Amino acid sequence: MTDLRSPLHDEHVALGAALTAFAGWQMPLRYTSDLAEHTAVRTAAGLFDLSHMGEIEVAGPDAGAFLDRALVGDLSGLRRLGARYTMIVQPDGGVIDDLVVYRTGDTAYLVVANASNHDVVLAELRERAGGTGLDVQVEDRSAATALVAVQGPRALAVVEALDGLTADPAGPADVTPATLRYYACLPMRFDDAPVLVARTGYTGEDGFEFFVAADRAPALWRALLAAGAEHGLVPAGLSARDSLRLEAGMPLYGNELDRTTTPHDAGLGRVVRLDKVDADGAPMHFVGRDALAARAVSAPARVLVGLQGLGRRAARHGYDVLASTAPDAPVVGTVTSGAPSPTLGYPVAMAYVTPEMSAEGAELAVDVRGRREPVRVVPLPFYRRPR
Amino acid sequence: MAAELPETLQYTAEHEWVDASVPVTVGITAVAADALGDIVFVELPSVGSDVAAGSVIGEIESTKSVSELFSPVTGRVVEVNQAAVDDPSLVNSDPYGEGWLLRVEVTSTGPLLSAEEYGALNP
Repeated sequence: MTDLRSPLHDEHVALGAALTAFAGWQMPLRYTSDLAEHTAVRTAAGLFDLSHMGEIEVAGPDAGAFLDRALVGDLSGLRRLGARYTMIVQPDGGVIDDLVVYRTGDTAYLVVANASNHDVVLAELRERAGGTGLDVQVEDRSAATALVAVQGPRALAVVEALDGLTADPAGPADVTPATLRYYACLPMRFDDAPVLVARTGYTGEDGFEFFVAADRAPALWRALLAAGAEHGLVPAGLSARDSLRLEAGMPLYGNELDRTTTPHDAGLGRVVRLDKVDADGAPMHFVGRDALAARAVSAPARVLVGLQGLGRRAARHGYDVLASTAPDAPVVGTVTSGAPSPTLGYPVAMAYVTPEMSAEGAELAVDVRGRREPVRVVPLPFYRRPR
Repeated sequence: MAAELPETLQYTAEHEWVDASVPVTVGITAVAADALGDIVFVELPSVGSDVAAGSVIGEIESTKSVSELFSPVTGRVVEVNQAAVDDPSLVNSDPYGEGWLLRVEVTSTGPLLSAEEYGALNP
């Protein structure tokens, strides 16, 4: 099977990007330098093509009630043009995917899934909608939709300089990109085509994401690059995206999250709304509720922690965490993500460890290819943007 | 789109290069440096240590991944490039020059490739 190509593929090739296979797509790994792109997002702005992400439209009079049953979050309670980070789990509470859901209208939602899980999330939503008697349609919009993100402290300046971006007469009259709240979205027009502008991202910086028809994506991409030239905007690849989200302590599906992991394991129990109720005020029986209700009150078997490397060598995904640097120290956990932090200048990692090893300040070790490198448990995120 | 390969060097399949000086100088190729991305950490053997052709003698780490450094020759390490240890980006910016890694007094060499042979393996 050949990899899918983004609607922006030709732009990436023209920019000289190194492409990589990712979740069935051929996407830019980097354009020039991982470090330069990472630093640009922390100090100015970066432009990302995220068209590999899955966009699923859930619409109909019962769309909110359906999502309340299908996902762990409270989506019927999400305000119009709001966004929410949530998850879809198995009946046993294991995470199928983490999602961002946008309420695009009173009876319409946009569910954004990871590229690697797009097919299973789509199938799962359709199955969960079937036979419920709820009036809801689940439509895959991925192929027709491109997703472009501008992230960084200069993101707003870039968006305000974007030529061709205008208000949508149907949208709220009093909201502009400048006043758009974090985790909210705004329908706008770009060259007379609809574009959904969202103040969301995956870098730990301020930023905007643009959902746009695939055939309009190249024009938008070029206009953003032009608008950003004087603000230090550079195109940034998946490599920078990964190091940015790691510094920001954000989970990546396949690393921190998978089907053997509950939201609580990952320290994200807050996204599970055990308190949500149906139209009659009775507890909402969403998929995974019973398992997660039990998980919420039981002692965890493992805890997701941040690790600061005290040496120079970085822990990487899959490496063992040890109780100490002593030769006979037992294995107490596993690294889920790790890299040298470009912003902080030392190695950072996220790892699952046993609860007794998870206290802040605990001195542990990681087996880095046969050598025990000292690490310290530190709070997440590693990096928090200055405000 | 392989970068130009210096004809005067010999290469390993594991992406090291070695020159014809005495003692020899060893580094990694632009192909390897580009594939790794921004190199942030270089670990080299200590001066005076003996290295064997084909054995792992160090590590090259980038933000994205880590790669082992294999010795292309057998002999004794007589010098390491402290400048590259202090500023690993030299390995990216000038892999055949300022980004050299170590010098070795050679007793024997491992299987080495010409620029043409290495280039054919890494089109």
